[in-house]
Order: sequence, then C-alpha cells, then structure tokens
Amino acid sequence: MKYNKKHPAKILLQDGTIFHGVSIGKKGTAGGEICFNTGMTGYQEIYTDPSYFGQIIVNTHSHIGNYGTLKKEQESGAPKINGVIINSFSADFSRKQADTSLQQYLEEAGIVGVAEVDTRKIVRHIRDKGAMNVIISSETEDEATLKKELEKVPKMEGLELASKVSTKEAYTVGDEGGIKIAALDLGIKQNILNSLVERGCHVKVFPARTAVDEIFGWGADGYFISNGPGDPAPLDFAIDTVKAILEKDKPLFGICLGHQVMALACGVSTYKMHHGHRGINHPVKNLETGKGEITSQNHGFAVSEESIKSSDKVSVTHMNLNDQTIEGIKINGKKAFSVQYHPESSPGPHDSRYLFDNFIDLIKNN
Amino acid sequence: MPKDNNIKSVLIIGSGPIIIGQACEFDYSGSQASRSLREEGIEVTLINSNPATIMTDPVTADNIYLLPLEKKCIIQILKKHKIDAVLPTMGGQTALNLAIDCDKAGIWEKFNVKIIGVDINAIETTENREKFRLKMHELGIDVCKGETATSFLQGKEIAQEIGFPLVIRPSYTLGGTGGGFVEKPEYFEKALNSGLHASPIHEVLVERSILGWKEYEVELIRDNNGNVIIICSIENFDPMGVHTGDSITVAPAMTLPDTVYQEMRNLAIKMINGIGQFAGGCNVQFAVNPEDDSIIAIEINPRVSRSSALASKATGYPIAKIAAKLAIGYNLDELNNQITKTTSAYFEPALDYVIVKIPRWNFDKFKGSDRHLGLQMKSVGEVMGIGRNFQEALQKACQSLEIKRNGLGADGKEVRDQEQIVDSLKNPSWNRLFHIYDAFKLGIPFSTIQDLSKIDKWFLNQIEELVVLEAEIEKFTLDTIPTDLLRVAKEKGYADRQIAHLLKALESEVYQKRIDLGIKRVYKLVDTCAAEFEAKTPYYYSSFEEENESIATDKQKIVVLGSGPNRIGQGIEFDYCCVHGVLAARECGYETIMINCNPETVSTDFDVADKLYFEPVFWEHIYDIIMHEKPIGVIVQLGGQTALKLAEKLHRYGIKVIGTSFEALDLAEDRGSFSDLLKANDIPYPKYGVIEDADTAISLSRKLGFPLLVRPSYVLGGQSMKIVINEKELESHVVNLLKDIPGNKVLLDHFLEGAYEAEADAICDGEDIYIIGIMQHIEPAGIHSGDSYAVLPPYNLGDFVIQQIEKYTKKIALALKTVGLINIQFAIKDDRVYIIEANPRASRTVPFICKAYKEPYVNFATKVMLGEKKIKDFDFKPTKNGYAIKVPVFSFNKFPNVNKELGPEMKSTGEAIYFIEDLMDDYFLNVYSERNLYLSK
Repeated sequence: MKYNKKHPAKILLQDGTIFHGVSIGKKGTAGGEICFNTGMTGYQEIYTDPSYFGQIIVNTHSHIGNYGTLKKEQESGAPKINGVIINSFSADFSRKQADTSLQQYLEEAGIVGVAEVDTRKIVRHIRDKGAMNVIISSETEDEATLKKELEKVPKMEGLELASKVSTKEAYTVGDEGGIKIAALDLGIKQNILNSLVERGCHVKVFPARTAVDEIFGWGADGYFISNGPGDPAPLDFAIDTVKAILEKDKPLFGICLGHQVMALACGVSTYKMHHGHRGINHPVKNLETGKGEITSQNHGFAVSEESIKSSDKVSVTHMNLNDQTIEGIKINGKKAFSVQYHPESSPGPHDSRYLFDNFIDLIKNN
Repeated sequence: MPKDNNIKSVLIIGSGPIIIGQACEFDYSGSQASRSLREEGIEVTLINSNPATIMTDPVTADNIYLLPLEKKCIIQILKKHKIDAVLPTMGGQTALNLAIDCDKAGIWEKFNVKIIGVDINAIETTENREKFRLKMHELGIDVCKGETATSFLQGKEIAQEIGFPLVIRPSYTLGGTGGGFVEKPEYFEKALNSGLHASPIHEVLVERSILGWKEYEVELIRDNNGNVIIICSIENFDPMGVHTGDSITVAPAMTLPDTVYQEMRNLAIKMINGIGQFAGGCNVQFAVNPEDDSIIAIEINPRVSRSSALASKATGYPIAKIAAKLAIGYNLDELNNQITKTTSAYFEPALDYVIVKIPRWNFDKFKGSDRHLGLQMKSVGEVMGIGRNFQEALQKACQSLEIKRNGLGADGKEVRDQEQIVDSLKNPSWNRLFHIYDAFKLGIPFSTIQDLSKIDKWFLNQIEELVVLEAEIEKFTLDTIPTDLLRVAKEKGYADRQIAHLLKALESEVYQKRIDLGIKRVYKLVDTCAAEFEAKTPYYYSSFEEENESIATDKQKIVVLGSGPNRIGQGIEFDYCCVHGVLAARECGYETIMINCNPETVSTDFDVADKLYFEPVFWEHIYDIIMHEKPIGVIVQLGGQTALKLAEKLHRYGIKVIGTSFEALDLAEDRGSFSDLLKANDIPYPKYGVIEDADTAISLSRKLGFPLLVRPSYVLGGQSMKIVINEKELESHVVNLLKDIPGNKVLLDHFLEGAYEAEADAICDGEDIYIIGIMQHIEPAGIHSGDSYAVLPPYNLGDFVIQQIEKYTKKIALALKTVGLINIQFAIKDDRVYIIEANPRASRTVPFICKAYKEPYVNFATKVMLGEKKIKDFDFKPTKNGYAIKVPVFSFNKFPNVNKELGPEMKSTGEAIYFIEDLMDDYFLNVYSERNLYLSK
C-alpha cells in the first residue's frame, strides 16, 4: 500500500455554502437536488433506486464502500443518482462475494462523488434550511463556473421525472399462469418486482405514459403503481390511469410516488416536504392493527394531512410516529390502498412485506 | 397497551459484587431502570450486595437492601413490603438465576409477585444448549452443526456428517482441556480418542469449526405488542474463537451489506419472538461465514447485558430505561426518544460515527495464568472510543486504555520480533491489535496477517493505512509537514504526542503548530439519528471536522474527571464518587461536565452531568475540552489514580485543581517528603528507605532488617508490591521490578509482621476535619487493603489505639492542607499506630462507609472542595447499628492455573457489604478464623 494524496473536489450549495473534499468516483461536475440518507447499510441499493434520479445523495453513515458492490443487489440496471457526498470512502472492500469496488462501480457508471466532507454539517444545514440544489465538482474550483452550472439544475418542485426513468417498452416478469399484475412503471425498484414474483405473480411492467386502454387490454387481476422520482403533481397521465382503475374497481396497490398519485386521483393534494424522509429506520404505525413497523423511506413529497381530513374518499391507514405524516391510505369503498414508504425495502428492514401479501389476498378475494 | 396500573411497587435485583464477566454495566442498567420506573410513580425496592453502586443509593431507589442475593433475603423483603412485580433482567445472570430459584421455590407465587421483563421459560431455552438447538431448529434457524458422542464409533459418525474442520469439546473439563480443533480427517481419530479420555464421563461434543468466521451481536428491544427494534449492530474485530467480552468490537457493523444485515435482523426478530413472550432488552449473537455470507445463530440472552450497556452508550438509546418502561406495560410507540425528546422511541438509531470498544485485561495480577484469549472471558474492564471514522475511534480507544501507550503505534514501543508477532497473530492475547500494527510495520505481507488472524480485510486495511500514513509523516519535520497531512493525521485520531514522536518534536510544539494552523477539535453530538432531527441531550465526542456543536455557555462550570477503564485496584467505587461529585456540584449551581471513556459506567449516562464528553481521560483530550469550556476548575480527587495523575499537568498549565492542591497531592505521593512531614508532626511510621537499584536495596535492607515490603511509587492497587524475607528475594524482585518500570523510585518499608491493619476516611476543609469512618481489617497487615475484609467500626481496637488513629488522621489531613477527602492506612502493633500511607483523594472504602452509615459523604466532600460548605455546616448523623463488613470478591476461578494467594498486591475484582449485629455472628467468626489462610509473600 502506498500513501495517496487525493484530488480535491468542491461542493457549492444553492444558498452559497461551500464545502471542500476529495474526488471519488468519476472526475467531473454534477448537479441536482441535495438530499441525505441515514441508512447504515445499502449504499448500492440507494444509488440504483430510480426514485433518486437526478439527486445528489449525502450518506450520513461515516464509512461507505466497505463491502464493495454486487451486481445482483442493484435496484435497477445502473446508478440513477447524479452524485454522492460521503464522509470516509473505502476504495478497498472485504466482501468475498462482491464483484467490484465502489470506486470502480461509480467510475464505470460515470457518477461524480466527493468524500472527506463534514457530512454531518451538511445534514444539519439541510435540516435547518430545507431541500435545495447543489453542484459538486472535481474538475473546477472556480466559483463562477460552478454557479453557472448550478443555475442549470432544475427546481424539483413541479418537475416530472417519472417518464425519464420508466421503461421504454413493456416487459413481463414471473411465470405465466400466475396472478396477473399490471404495473405502471414510474421508476420501479427491482425488489418490488421480486416481491411480487416471489408471491407467484406474473407481472407486466408498462411504460409510464401507456394509454390506459392498452393496460386494461392485458386483462390484469390487479394493478400496481410504482415508486419514482420527482413531483407527483404534474403526473396527470398517471393520475388519469389511477382514476380509470378505480372506476373499474380493480384491486390496486401503490407505493411512494404511486401512493401520491393515488391520493391525487382522489382529490387529495400533495406537498413538497421541508427536507423529506430518506433512510431505513422510520417508525410507522399501522392504525388498523395497532402494530408498528420500521420502514425504508425515500420521499421528498407527501400527501397532505390537511387535505385528507376534508376528504371522504380516502382514509388514513398508516402514520409516521416521528412527525405524524401520512404513511398509508385506503380508498373508501374500493379495493385500493397505498403506502408512502417502501415495503419491498432493499435497503431496509423487511417489517412491511406483509403489504404484498395483503395485495395478493385482495386480488384472490376479488 | 399503556402502563399497567396494577404495578405500583417493583423489586429490582442487582448483580452483586463485580467479577470478571459481570461488571458495573449492571449498575448502569439497574440505576437507569430504577429511575425510569420512579418517573412513572412506581415505588422501587432494590436488592444488591454491592455497596459501591449508584443503584443502591437513596438517590436511585425508594427502599434499598444491601443484602446477599439469596432467597431468604428476597423473602425478608417480600414480608416487609407489598411488592407487585419483580424485574430480574437488570442484574445480569446473577439476578436471573436468583429469580429462577425463587420461582422454583414458589416464592413469587406465594407473595403474589408478577415477574416482568422476562419469560422464565425463555431463560430455560436460552441457557440449555440442547433446548436452544432444538428451538432454533423449530424456528428454521441455522446453528453450529454438532452432536455429543459417548463412543468412538459415534464420534466418527458425527464427524462424517458435519465434515472438517471441526472442534472436539470434552464435557466437564476445566478450561477446555483435552479438546481442540481438527483440521483434517487424518488427525481426527487421535483427537477423538484423547477427548473421550479427557472427559470424566467420556463424552465429547463434536462440532463444526467456525473459527475465523465473522462474529456479530445485535441488541434488540421488544414490547408486549410484539414490536421489535434493533438498537445496534456490533461487529467483532476479532473473529469467532475469542469471547465477545474479550473481543475488540465496533459499532455499527462495518463490513455487512444490507442483504446480509437484513437477514440477520430477520433472524434476530424471529429468535426473540420465538423464545417466549416478554417485553425488554435482548442480545443475539451470530457468526457469518466470510466465504458465502451464510449466517448461523450462536446464542440469545433475554436480558440487558454488557453489550446492551455498550450499545446504549454507542447509540445514545438508553436500552435499560426503555426496557423498564416496556416491562410495566408500555408499548414502544407510546414512548419518546429520550435524546431528541420529540420523535418516537420506536425507531432504530442511525449512527454517523463509529465506536470501538477495547477490553482491558489485568493478566499481571494473575501470575501463571494462561494469557491466551479464548472462549472464556478474562478481561476486567473496557474502554470505548468514539470517532467520526473507524481509525479515529480506534486511536481514541487505545489512548483510553492507560497501558502506557499513546494510541496505536507511533510511540516507539513496537515489537520487532517476527516470530513473536506471527505467533501472536494466530494465538491472540491482550496485545494482538498492537501486534497487527507491528506486523505491517515490519513488512509482514497482508495475506499472511489475514491468514493468521482471520480478521476481516477491511479492518486490516484500516490499520495498514495508518502505518502507511506514519511513513509519510516521518518524511517531514515539524517545520516542513504540510497542513493537509497534519490534518489527516489528526482526523485519523493521532495524538499530538504520537505525531511529535514521528516528527521528532515535542508534544507542545505539535499542539502549538496545529492550533496556529487552525486544526482544532470540534465536538459532535451523539443524537441517535445522524442529525436528521434536532437533539436535546448534551452527549458529545470530539473530531477534527468543520462544525462544532457543543456551544460553551457562560455559566460557572466544574469538570469532573472519570476513572477510565475498570481494572483491579480501580473500579466502580470511583465511578460512584464521580457521579456524586457531579450531582453535588450541580446542587451548588455549577454547570457540570463529565469526561470519561468507560462505557459500563453510570457517570457516562447522559442523564448524569449537564454535559458529557465521552473522551479518553488522556491529557490532550482533557486539555482541549478545558480550553473549549473554560471551567473554573477540575475535580481530580474522585476519579481514582487516573484522574489524580493528571493533577500535575493541570497545575502546570495553570488550571485550577478543585480542593486539595496539587502540591499536597504530590507531597503525599512522594514518600521522602511525606515521611519528613510525619516526623515533623511526631507521627510514627515504619522504618523505610528509597532505592533505585538492587545494590542500594541490599545495603539498605541490612539497615532496615527483614521482612521488607517492597513497593514501587506511582502505581495502582499495589502493583508489583511484595513482602520479601531475605536478600535473595529482595534482589530478584527489585531487578524484576525495575525491568518493568525503569527509573522507578522503589520504597523499602520494614514490614511490621503480625500487625493489625486499619484505615480511616475523612473529610477536611483545611481547618476542621470529620472522620467519616474507621475500619479495621480482619486479615493481618501485609494483605492489600482492597483484598482484606474490613470491619466498620473496628472490632477489637482499644480506646487508646482509636485515639491515636483519630489524632494522626487529623494531624495529617491538616498538615497536607486537605480540602476534600483523605484516606489513611495504619498498621497497629503492640498498641502503637504506624502510618503506612495517606491518599488525599476518594478511596475505595468511601462508598462502603456511605452505605453503612447512610450518609452522602461524597456529596459533602464535594461541597467542601468547592468551598461552598465547611465541615461545621454539616449535621453528621451516621446510622450506627452493629458492624458492616466489606467483603472482597475474587475472580480466581477464571484462571484455573492460578492459586488464590494474597499479599500486598491487590487481586480482588469486587466487593460486597455484609451487616452483622454483634461479634458473635457466625459469618464474622468464620472469616476471622481464616484470616491468616491466604497470606503469601
């Protein structure tokens, strides 16, 4: 082993705050909305989760890279994030099963990163000031250049990103002959598909903007609206799809962005949160069973508590125990429910996998 | 479900005296549980025979019973109080066992007492290997494959089924004799044969070898609703084969991917739900095969443990406090996170830092003991380092150990003997960590180090990085070192002293340089949530990053220095004193700041001081905190020798030592000047002399006459103290001693053979003095006071002797200008009292006297130290009924090759208190009749 002097890198936040660190991953410049994830495991799953599309992730865990990367532990074909900010980065890993180091993985995927940063300071900053955009660079330290680049980064609010990460062509997973699920792909995570297939489902994944009649044409037993990036408000095509499914009174399940879309379809509004929930330790109470679950979360928008109070179409089924935000709803008189968090986890605890069973039961009882 | 309102009165069972494997972590959990229940308006009754605990203090519980942990004492309590429920999970295995005994005897049922926090059947499942195995099988959880064989044929069949490598463990043999690892089939028959013969019942356990697998612990909490959360994952740096209590451990787990971690989490939840219905804390241990990430369960402990104390300190999540609330019916979602105060207690802590725990061993106290680490725990204490990264945490933990190292490496103390290093990598003892560093430094290949130690590559890599960094630093001098490089070294936990060694400069120069360059410590909060939420609890650690979160107030502040890791000679007693010191200073209106690095303690509970700095009790860290907080002074006399020895530097740097001045502390330590003081005050002491080599020792011995007590200065618990009876013994001991502690000033005292020993503790305000207690030892002089039975008050000293003791105590305390506590030890021969030594600080016996006389002497003494009160302001009203005996407790059974032999060097690990009404008591008479039994040279 030799002593390596590392290449400097710079972080510029939208409010002008600057941080210095060293370059990891690909050398370059990248911008996006900055957000932090408090999970202590699962960096690869986070980076490949399409819901993080266009964002720059701050991992709060002090060491990242320790166990390398493994192809089969991805949540989509490749990293979807725009960049990473890390405290201590390990280019070396110890896991025998691993394919490559995180350094190689990020480089190959063209992901720019900055390490050796006081990430805790950044987190406290975002916690106080709220979500904002950021530019990171290991190419230039010139502030004017970085500022110009930062201006090009679009604002997250009102941004429709789902169709950008959605599949271009419909495809199926799981054995034919199983329960037929039509999944609307707004940025679906691999483990959602795995969770359905494990339960004997035959899933057809449709591109985000598929016409509703085409979806109905496949004749599914149940419908699923996936997670995904961006603001749910501009997703009128998905909202219409949900409305049509509800009209037909088919079993319907939504996760994360899908949950928000379902709320919007019922006339309940959504809002941009101060700095969102991202981590694998969020406590949620199931109001119907009284039991709790530790959940995996990744969302910057949420269903409005105020709006839901005045709605007779939607009831709250799950609540966040930290801040009492809405975590799950059911649509009154319909076979439809959704959750804000990620029952498929990956990364995160498996406490909420029962929701997939509930969905299957709903279909079977239909 | 909310609180069970039928529970109005709870009995908590403590863990008794400190022994290896069961230490002061149970004082921490017991006192937390007690406070937690009292918050709910529940009357708490406590039983524990250990007087040095905070849990047995009136500040902690309503009714306190300092009684032996026996059924008859439980009955005695139940007859006196209406107890609704018993909480037996806070006092380790001792408390659980007592609860089971009482259950079997029908005691709980008879008195209508509900057992809370545990399911008795669950304990049965977890303690019995076979039941555990069956249970895991039923739950579909893998355990280590193995079976017992009682014949050669059976053994061969089992081996064929489980494959190689495997382990043979003969039943009922001490310390695993006759057993061992078998790598290949060709060695099996011979090993099986010898194993079967070694076992007195000719039975062996043939088990798959998982030596070298990665070892993990998971700390969980479960409520009555079946909600389970993981508080902390802990990874053992030392792989399977070393007892987890003897392993270096790291939290959170460093090398687990999410898939494997979540599988482990699922297994842990399945196990806790599978073994029984109960609400409380639980610990599960796993082994992970590094080849394929497969997991097997090792054991489950349905109670709070040493690891849960560590996990509480590591995460900030107070496990015992919450577990106690769950035991009385609350569910997790009904409780608040104690750190943020606003979010839910139902969550899993997220860490944005790393903790490293390193055990502290005392093999030097057990001459002839097997120093290898294995399946039985041998350490006596532990330290925890918190850092923003692993390397920083590791360096801090090494700096906390007080083993005369300045951290890991860079102190010129490395071993360069390749053979010794290689052997140590494979056969770990207390120093393997240091030898891994030495191995890299010596250029032993990475693969060899990994093959021999089986330690995960990531950890080894981190250590190699340090060695590489040092080589880079050594290329520079103090003037030429680049700022970035100096900053990196500090970020990785290097002490100024280590950097000074590498740069061949002075510690003070490195300090000045980095301060000039703006490389300063900042303090970060332990907040359970990686800064996601604002936290209210002032629990800090230092690091070298940008943002400081510990804002110094403009209040008047007092720093209390803790006593560091527990070890023989310095244990829980000093933590008791520190906690009371903090509470007393707070009562006087000061902001209190605690500095300590021992995760087992009550003093490092974030509820105790106004601010807790979990930092090494190591000069650089202390000084930086003092510079940051600017306290009016530092209390050093409560934290044992660890804190006391920092007095000199504090004094030198112009920082006020609260109470007795540094000069007086130094005077008492320096035997020459102290004897002059005694002479000037006309106080007798044994004839003595000071020597620095064996030649003068011999000539001095002819003047003093044998037997002689040989004792080095500035040591703890009588380390290397010995009574010698002839010149040959003297010579060999002095030579040995100076080899271990070069340059030491060794004292030779004429040993008063057959003398009685007594000691007195007193509080002095510089003018007046109050003797809080005089104790007479049952054993003759020559046995360390910590190892002696001490009787309070004296049992057969005449008025004339007592008067001399009182007179001398007063004279010495005043002559030393004591402000605070002082302890003086006496030898009494032919009615004449001689002074053996005086320590102007809190002693081991102070908590014992507080408990026996039911008065808060540390509180009083602290107020005197602070100048808030004078002796005459107190109305002393000790409760004096009969006698209290301080009973020393040993852990010799952990070292099968070591005989119980007592002498001037302390060997006991703990103590109990035993009250007797009069001197005709059988217990006393029995101890008295055996008083000479164990005295050795």
